[in-house]
Amino acid sequence: MYVAVKGGEAAILHSYRLLAEQRRGDTAIPELSVQQIREQLKLAVDRVMTEGSVYDPELAALAIKQASGDLVEAIFLLRAYRATLPRLGASVPLDTARMQLDRRISATFKDLPGGQVLGPTYDYTQRLLDFSLLANGGGAARESAAPATPADTPALTPRVVDLLNRESLIETRPMPPGDPAPVDLTREPLRFPAARATRLQNLARGDEGFLLAMAYSTQRGYSHSHPFVGEIRFGSVALEIEPEELGFAISIGDMEITECEMVNQFAGSKTEPPQFTRGYGLAFGHSERKAMAMSLVDRALRADELGEAVESPAQMQEFVLSHSDSLEASGFVQHLKLPHYVDFQAELELVRRMRAAPLQRDDE
Amino acid sequence: MTDVNINFAYLDERTKRMIRRAILKAVAIPGYQVPFGSREMPLPYGWGTGGIQVTAAVIGPKDVLKVIDQGSDDTVNAVNIRRFFERTTGVVTTTRTRQATLIQTRHRIPEAPLAEGQVLVYQVPVPEPMQRLEPRETVTRTLHGLAEYGLMHVKLYEDIARYGHIATTYDYPVLVNGRYVMSPSPIPKFDNPKMHMNPALQLFGAGREKRIYAVPPYTAVESLGFEDHPFEVQRWDAACALCGATHSFLDEVITDDSGTRMHVCSDSDYCQSRQQSPATPAPQLEEVA
Repeated sequence: MYVAVKGGEAAILHSYRLLAEQRRGDTAIPELSVQQIREQLKLAVDRVMTEGSVYDPELAALAIKQASGDLVEAIFLLRAYRATLPRLGASVPLDTARMQLDRRISATFKDLPGGQVLGPTYDYTQRLLDFSLLANGGGAARESAAPATPADTPALTPRVVDLLNRESLIETRPMPPGDPAPVDLTREPLRFPAARATRLQNLARGDEGFLLAMAYSTQRGYSHSHPFVGEIRFGSVALEIEPEELGFAISIGDMEITECEMVNQFAGSKTEPPQFTRGYGLAFGHSERKAMAMSLVDRALRADELGEAVESPAQMQEFVLSHSDSLEASGFVQHLKLPHYVDFQAELELVRRMRAAPLQRDDE
Repeated sequence: MTDVNINFAYLDERTKRMIRRAILKAVAIPGYQVPFGSREMPLPYGWGTGGIQVTAAVIGPKDVLKVIDQGSDDTVNAVNIRRFFERTTGVVTTTRTRQATLIQTRHRIPEAPLAEGQVLVYQVPVPEPMQRLEPRETVTRTLHGLAEYGLMHVKLYEDIARYGHIATTYDYPVLVNGRYVMSPSPIPKFDNPKMHMNPALQLFGAGREKRIYAVPPYTAVESLGFEDHPFEVQRWDAACALCGATHSFLDEVITDDSGTRMHVCSDSDYCQSRQQSPATPAPQLEEVA
């Protein structure tokens, strides 16, 4: 006999307990601390800060712990936390030429002012499992790391695009007339067509996997843009605010960022001579894959502005910007888990009716 | 038990004001989708964040809240959203449609008629009724501006050409106040007639898509159709196995391994009131007709 579905609340509370048990795992193994995650899972923390739009390594590490390592869930936790925080002000634009660089590479010039600094990167590791880590060791490379000398990273390292700029071979940063304040996407809905500042904001919060696939598609014939990595830099930059009553900028701290300037060929148009164009990527912490993917997608999305034909998904604002957010995508895909009895009942009735109809016709 | 660290109804007061402004605009232009600065709620997008934000913006300490999903107060998502508001507002909650001042719903309109002063908040997954026909919002916005709804009529006509009848069973498009075509949210079309000239205020929140729209009390809501193929609602051969209702929306429940089925009311409050007092009046649908 059918019993009305009751006890949803008890089931939910029970699931909380099971979840806590699953998260903790075997209690014979020491519990992971938030500090350990922050220090030893840095790249996960950086991704969660970037897509969670909060620069706070400790809270990001907490979110990762709470989410059992599910980064999209951790991003969700951080976003929900930030949603009701007050906005105290806006920073002055970051001056990334004045970054303290831990890493800086250019694929367009062999050498350049400031030099190439490889820094911490997985790029040239040979991807062999390091079984010494399994044996609770510190890893093979630990002792051999050479300490960086301050001379490696001068305080001012000009950006590659600025060097190209002197020859007018690359477009200058197009600033809209009056330099209007950008839309805050966390406060106002996305409207189309979206200005570049709005698009960049969306991409910065966008899911790394989605942007990676979109960027990849531009390399496989879906809106090819002949990209070169002008420069990738990773390091610390001062964050400054300029309170109105003060009249000058004050530093409120340093933050780690990854910046990517992609340089793309442009054949020119009726009004513009042939020159290089730019795609831009910026992420919190050390997030190179994200910053590079973002810069390729940014360039692809400028098709309209540069008079290129909009033919591929990566060039379509509505396609890219409406589907880039992991929270929106994850929520809506997973909402299919929710009960749909009513809609399914309506469809069931329809399918039965449609199947019955031809039979009746045969009888006639 | 309310949490002292969380503002009443979770959202901060500035956000509530922003949402209320969007609601006022929506009420002033029935059926028009008003963009709003949807926040990231502590519940996932697609699980009712639009409805939750609308409810949070209009709820007051004296409100009596009812939350249903698929017509039932007891499904886990309804329970979860009700707990959220119990925790953040401390308001009285109820399962009784008539006692509630504020009802948040997903996929159903209660069978019991609503009254003046009640507010029905719908959770909306896809506010744009033409999205599946035209995914570009820049285009659909223009079509709404021009009241150019040929696309929708062609879709319904193609159904008739192919199947002999309109094959849309839920989220059946409506024309509000003779002007805007609107998604009623994925309620079964069985519920559509209840929206017409309803004394209650009907608010629709789409959190992920960042839109709010409304049907003010006593507003004409017409389900699209053709003269020779008018809009019609589902009918069942069966009656509810628990309360005997013959005019309510019935869910089919499979009761054993061999697929034996029974039909029960999807509206659990309606079904239970009928079981307690069989004299409960017939649903709103008959009164309207």
